Amino acid sequence: MNSIDPSMSLTESQAHVSMNFRQKIGAALSGIGLLILLISLFNVGFNSQKTLFLSLSLGGITLGTLFYAWGTYGGKTAGIKNDGVWFRSMTSLGVLAWISGVILTAFYVFLYWFPIYLGLGADGSENTGMVALFDPLSQMINGGPASQWFMYGALYTLAILVMGIKFIWKYRHNKYHILRTISVMFFQLGFAFLIPELLVRLNSELPYNDFKNMWPLNYYFFDGYRIEGYTSTGWIGMFMLIFGLAMVFVISPVLTYFYGKRWYCSWVCGCGGLAETAGDPYRHLSDKSLKAWKIERWMVHGVLVFVVAMTTAVVYGYFHNNPEGYWVTKEVILGIVIAVFGGLGLLMWWKPSYLQGLSQRIKNIIYIILGALVLFTLVAYFTGNSNVFFIGNYQLRSWYGFLIGAAFSGVVGVGFYPLMGNRVWCRFGCPMAAILGIQQRFFSRFRITTNGGQCISCGNCSTYCEMGIDVRAYAQKGQDIVRASCVGCGICAAVCPRGVLRLENSTSDIKSRADELRVLQIDERGVKLAD
Amino acid sequence: MHIVILGNGISGITAARHIRKLSKHDITVISAESDYFFSRTALMYIYMGHMRLKDTQPYENWFWEKNRIQLKKAWIESVNFAQKHLITASGEQINYDKLILGVGSAPNKFGWPGQDLERVNGLYTLQDLSAMEDATQEGIERAVVVGGGLIGIEMAEMFHSRDIPVSLLVREESYWNQVLPPEESAMVNREIKRHGIDLRLDTELKEIIDDGSGKACAVITKDGERIDCQYVGLTAGVHPNIDFLQETELETQKGILVDEFLQTNLPDVYAIGDCAQLRSPRSGRKAIEAVWYTGRMMGEVAAYNVCGQEIAYDPGIWFNSAKFMDIEYQVYGDVQAQAPEAHRQLYWEHPEDRKSIRIIYHAESKATIGFNLMGVRYRHQVCEKWMEEATPIEEVLQQLSLANFDPEFYQTFEKKVVQQYNQQNGTQIQLKKKRKLKQVLRFLGSSG
Repeated sequence: MNSIDPSMSLTESQAHVSMNFRQKIGAALSGIGLLILLISLFNVGFNSQKTLFLSLSLGGITLGTLFYAWGTYGGKTAGIKNDGVWFRSMTSLGVLAWISGVILTAFYVFLYWFPIYLGLGADGSENTGMVALFDPLSQMINGGPASQWFMYGALYTLAILVMGIKFIWKYRHNKYHILRTISVMFFQLGFAFLIPELLVRLNSELPYNDFKNMWPLNYYFFDGYRIEGYTSTGWIGMFMLIFGLAMVFVISPVLTYFYGKRWYCSWVCGCGGLAETAGDPYRHLSDKSLKAWKIERWMVHGVLVFVVAMTTAVVYGYFHNNPEGYWVTKEVILGIVIAVFGGLGLLMWWKPSYLQGLSQRIKNIIYIILGALVLFTLVAYFTGNSNVFFIGNYQLRSWYGFLIGAAFSGVVGVGFYPLMGNRVWCRFGCPMAAILGIQQRFFSRFRITTNGGQCISCGNCSTYCEMGIDVRAYAQKGQDIVRASCVGCGICAAVCPRGVLRLENSTSDIKSRADELRVLQIDERGVKLAD
Repeated sequence: MHIVILGNGISGITAARHIRKLSKHDITVISAESDYFFSRTALMYIYMGHMRLKDTQPYENWFWEKNRIQLKKAWIESVNFAQKHLITASGEQINYDKLILGVGSAPNKFGWPGQDLERVNGLYTLQDLSAMEDATQEGIERAVVVGGGLIGIEMAEMFHSRDIPVSLLVREESYWNQVLPPEESAMVNREIKRHGIDLRLDTELKEIIDDGSGKACAVITKDGERIDCQYVGLTAGVHPNIDFLQETELETQKGILVDEFLQTNLPDVYAIGDCAQLRSPRSGRKAIEAVWYTGRMMGEVAAYNVCGQEIAYDPGIWFNSAKFMDIEYQVYGDVQAQAPEAHRQLYWEHPEDRKSIRIIYHAESKATIGFNLMGVRYRHQVCEKWMEEATPIEEVLQQLSLANFDPEFYQTFEKKVVQQYNQQNGTQIQLKKKRKLKQVLRFLGSSG
């Protein structure tokens, strides 16, 4: 094809993409809202009228986004709305995408490492700049001045809410998408933003706790200061601790067994919530190549091993150094370590039927990792060393926080939305997604079934898969899709022009559900779809 | 053995993949159209900006070398069947031991004056798409699409997505009414108009006007009306693309004649996909079926026959699908535009939304023989099994939930369909089974 490939140029696409009147108003209003935030960084006197300017800013962003959505979907019939996605600069790696990527990335760098430049008051002094703008809202909700995290939480929640409305507008013909979007909006506003702030207002000793955010996504759950926080704040602290443990070990495995990891990743999770709403315009940018899949598996499971090792070290170290005051001792922790990791190894060895598809090499690597975790803990115990991996436990913890918690999940995870798609973090970095993925792959009822021979290999499903799964490769063979990474967003089924894909839960054929069940096949009767 | 496959569409590529699965033969796939296999059905999405060309390619570029399938980009001028070789436009000779022809279709042109002007094209090849994109870049104020079939509506949707006003000229008095029953056809008429497309029913093309520089600038209809336009899409069906094979010993009619093993009259020469014409199609099926699915099945069958395992081509029960703007369409079995006497039908249509379910059954035996679905998804295998086993309509209705394939949380309409049947026939049928996958798999697993 000798015509232009507009999507690959850095300059504006030549394809005809203009905005209509409502879209222009929307873009202008949200532009003004964002501009107010930007200008506030330079302390130009907005802070004398914080409430006014904050309202103008957030109001502008909200109204602007809604106007834009109205202009984009309002006059159009309900249905799939991907016209021009690969032509628009913002959604096809054009100039606007690069600018947005740089701005978002810079914002995260300042947020994590240089909040002073955003206006955070140093050592208790008054906030200035952008953070100060959020003081009135913070006063209203938690009774104190804003921190950079409060500001971030407010903006994050706003993004999920307004972009959520836009997303619902876009998919208003599809009840699955409407419901799951309302769900992520609810969990973000209530569980991630309001409840923790209000609880802190009630009892300032309480750790800031998002009930739906569980270890290992919430990698600081077992940090010493938090354990002290839970255990020193009475029944509510204990409830937080027990609920958090139950989330990890009971609630999440049970729900994942019944519904797949989607119950969390695209119905509850905050990272998933942002990806599905604000990140939706970028979902097609995920890399679908086999190579990307290979990198993904090593990276995401590598992070999982990292967080498990780090947490083991931190917890063991904490109880090693604080032998008084708890019934839990380092002996108990050692026992748990042996029971959990040894148990997992035994389970793998005893029930190999569940691990079909795993090569012996991968199994060996898992055995070695499990064995090493137990061995290191034993060595630490018998040598009386508090540092399980011979480096300071908290050094390990802070490296994890820096590399994974901040750099990966924030800077890369959201900053690179316009360049690498909206699920970079979920796909390559999230240890929670890794755990849920393992459960989904081996112990879950969830799968995507395909509709006989109706696939035309068009590629819409693969293109719009934010997790970079080559859905078409399965669909055109009539094969069920059982992939660890699938977050069950259901967009593949929605964009399919032939009605080929369906998200389902069932106990049927649970051990052989990835077999080529319904492949077009030849038998003595001729060519037909095998039953 | 060297197997040469002419054409890298779905039928040729499927044949190549299966020959590789079955054998170690040398395989060469020749195409002048594209470097790599892409999904022809997805051409429209490239123009609409949903996907890039590379997104429509089902296999990554390394796939071919890894599977030792040699791809060759060349235009074949002629085939020497006696000497078993092909001659390319550059004069190169390519020898083969066995040849598979999967050369596809070309758009129909009915001798309209001006049909070969610039800016007059069908929508079949990548080059057609390219021409459409180039013209769009230069500027199209209005486009005219001639033909009320699946490609016609696609092309109208394409222009519409780029904010180019379109007139869709349909010869019949309702869209695609040679295939769709009247109600469904009317629903699509409404859908086309709802999108603001200028639908001209009962309108035929008379000629296309030259702007003086060899480009189309208007069309004139048989009623004498002139519609100014800068692009004319010709989508009045397709025919096998076999002009270059006409003067050879290969036996052809409309298409290349093949037997049930997809073999032509010449030894070691096979034809598959759009260009193949079956000498004796199975009852109820056409001799030429230019659809994706049959191309894929033929490719697989040809692979077996080429590799020495004789297998007859039997496409089974007819199925097809499409999307008319926002309305998904699925058809399973025997659904005719004008139902014959021996057929009875059950038709339910959503009062507000664009959804309908039509089930066809035999008046006497009550055996279920067809499903026509608009805006509702049904599971292929379930419908197929009912039809294969000639399940009576009333039994199908009781189990109708098993067929539902709509996304979770969607409103289901099976109850309404059953109610409608009860009203029409004074029966008391109850919807029985749930639509859970477990029940579906159990049903599919049971022998009838």
